[in-house]
Amino acid sequence: MSQMETRGETQNLTLVQAVRDGLRDEMREDERVLVMGEDVGKNGGVFRATEGLYDEFGGDRVIDTPLAESGIVGTAIGMAAYGMRPVAEMQFMGFIYPAFDQIVSHAARLRTRSRGRFTCPLVVRAPYGGGIRAPEHHSESTEAFFSHYPGLKVVIPSTPYDTKGLLISAIRDPDPVIFLEPKLIYRAFRGEVPDEPYEVPIGEAAVRREGEDVSVFTYGAMTRPTLEAAERLEGEVSVEVVDLRTVSPLDEGTILESFEKTGRAAVVHEAPKTGGLAGEITATIQEEALLYQEAPVKRITGFDTPFPLYALEDYYLPEATRVVEGIREVAEF
Amino acid sequence: MSVLQRDPGEQVQVLSEDGRVREGSDLPDLSDEEFVEMYRYMKLARHFDQRAVSLQRQGRMGTYPPLSGQEGAQIASAFALDDEDWLFPSYREHGAALVRGLSLKRTLLYWMGHEAGNAIPEEANIFTVSVPIATQVCHATGAAWASKLQGEEEAFICYFGDGATSEGDFHEGCNFAGVFDTPNVFFCNNNQWAISVPRGRQTASETLAQKAEAYGFEGVQVDGMDPLAVYEVTKRAVEKAKEPEEGELRPTLIEAVQYRFGAHTTADDPSVYREEDEVEKWKAKDPIPRMETFLLENGYLDTEGVESIEESVKEEVAEAIDEAESVSRPEPEEIFKHVYEGMPERLREQAAEFEALRETYGDEAFLEGH
Repeated sequence: MSQMETRGETQNLTLVQAVRDGLRDEMREDERVLVMGEDVGKNGGVFRATEGLYDEFGGDRVIDTPLAESGIVGTAIGMAAYGMRPVAEMQFMGFIYPAFDQIVSHAARLRTRSRGRFTCPLVVRAPYGGGIRAPEHHSESTEAFFSHYPGLKVVIPSTPYDTKGLLISAIRDPDPVIFLEPKLIYRAFRGEVPDEPYEVPIGEAAVRREGEDVSVFTYGAMTRPTLEAAERLEGEVSVEVVDLRTVSPLDEGTILESFEKTGRAAVVHEAPKTGGLAGEITATIQEEALLYQEAPVKRITGFDTPFPLYALEDYYLPEATRVVEGIREVAEF
Repeated sequence: MSVLQRDPGEQVQVLSEDGRVREGSDLPDLSDEEFVEMYRYMKLARHFDQRAVSLQRQGRMGTYPPLSGQEGAQIASAFALDDEDWLFPSYREHGAALVRGLSLKRTLLYWMGHEAGNAIPEEANIFTVSVPIATQVCHATGAAWASKLQGEEEAFICYFGDGATSEGDFHEGCNFAGVFDTPNVFFCNNNQWAISVPRGRQTASETLAQKAEAYGFEGVQVDGMDPLAVYEVTKRAVEKAKEPEEGELRPTLIEAVQYRFGAHTTADDPSVYREEDEVEKWKAKDPIPRMETFLLENGYLDTEGVESIEESVKEEVAEAIDEAESVSRPEPEEIFKHVYEGMPERLREQAAEFEALRETYGDEAFLEGH
């Protein structure tokens, strides 16, 4: 928990409140920063992530747009290239796909295509992931699409502290950042968040629990069941839990350092298995640390199915029992 | 001259707000029984809607999008379709879908989170629910185009809200329909709000109906809380889709001006963004008392008939809720089914591995903490 050192005044905030706190601080800090999206203004966002911002900054900086994802991101790219620092909200990640073309074909390539003449300092925020009994298309976890694409950074926080610091880093980043907020833990717990603006660096993982036998790599909402599984295995298997925090670019240094210590690894995420980040982490270990490897790497993930309607969503999401079983398999190999 | 050939800003009305036939308006060509049946469906949709919201509040159902206020538009437009026609809904058309053969039980199951709620009976010409906004406009255009290429004569009605007209897919779907002259009826339920964002923030156009002009076909605005006007306009649009006059394009954009009395969904709190007196103003146009007055004053129905409809509607909804709630929690294998025609090896392995764990540990372990 080395990132938890704080100075000065703090507040005990939920993750979604930390989003708002980060946005507000950065809007106060830099008048080029603006927030745009559907329902972000007067309504304060359907998850209340932008609550109060409209009152403080007005409708020109907290902009209720027409309902058009491609239009929101497309106009935000133009704004970013012309000197603004837009933060565009997609109401749910399941609705990001109309904007996919704008994100991958334009935001990610603006710098390359103009040979540095134009840049795209854009943040696209989206609540993502399952577990809140939402309707169809509200629970997807498709960070791999964006992680796969050159020119983008993909950030997924798991604590209120990291949320504010990573969001501020994302807004200050000169390149486009996809900022995915695990809505299952939007209000699940609170954490100390400094009042002052601060940065948590993009691309750095955090070791949440130290251990000797098995390294488990995870991020977002799945950090909690993973930590719970590690606790349940206490005395049987010594588990190290690494929260990636950024899935693109991956913090290979921390991943390999942990793996070279334990020689055994599992990866936990709620996204489907095929093409997911777990494959990428496994391949990274294979390529970089094969000779340290004592056991095959286990992927504990969502299934290769569309996210089910909510009566079955608890089966779909990896929970502590599946994580425990997966870690045991690796430990006992 | 067809009712469709008019200034898109001139709203079609048959019934006044107090349920009287307006001077110079003709009654639609419906039998006595059909007038009463239309009213019964509206009452059924209203009662269903109120019960559904209450089920959600009691934790017996998931997030639900209410339709109260929109019964006139939904029921009357669905009534105007012929048997062979197709309906492409958004997520709020439980009333229209009911008229076209989708049971209340199935609608309940969908919102109760059961995969079975996605299944549509073979005999009902209804496309799947579309939760993303305006994407179904393109689906409806494509299906209509295909039916035309195959020499069939069907109309395709597609529902969406005022917010959907801001989406690229709305434009793209309408544009294709104009270019390829497909048998489409684009039915915009202009309920004034896209969650918290008012109609005035969706577009600077004076009306939504006039957008049709950009695609080369007619747009018509109708009082969406006047079921008789909605029926008349939709009927003409369906007829034109199948048998256009010389030089006339098949598609029509109908803007049904109305109001949703409740929230966007049960997860929404409209008091944050709209005033209560606005709601009260629109409640004066409520399609149900309007239709009831029309039926009573013209002898289609008496007060006993109204009471008996109220009783039967309550029974029907209660029965549907009992049936839906008696369906047991689906087996986890439902997650793995219907992803592909044949199940790929990898998916089979995942299913088998999970089943083995479930057998070892039991469901309680997997559902712990949820």
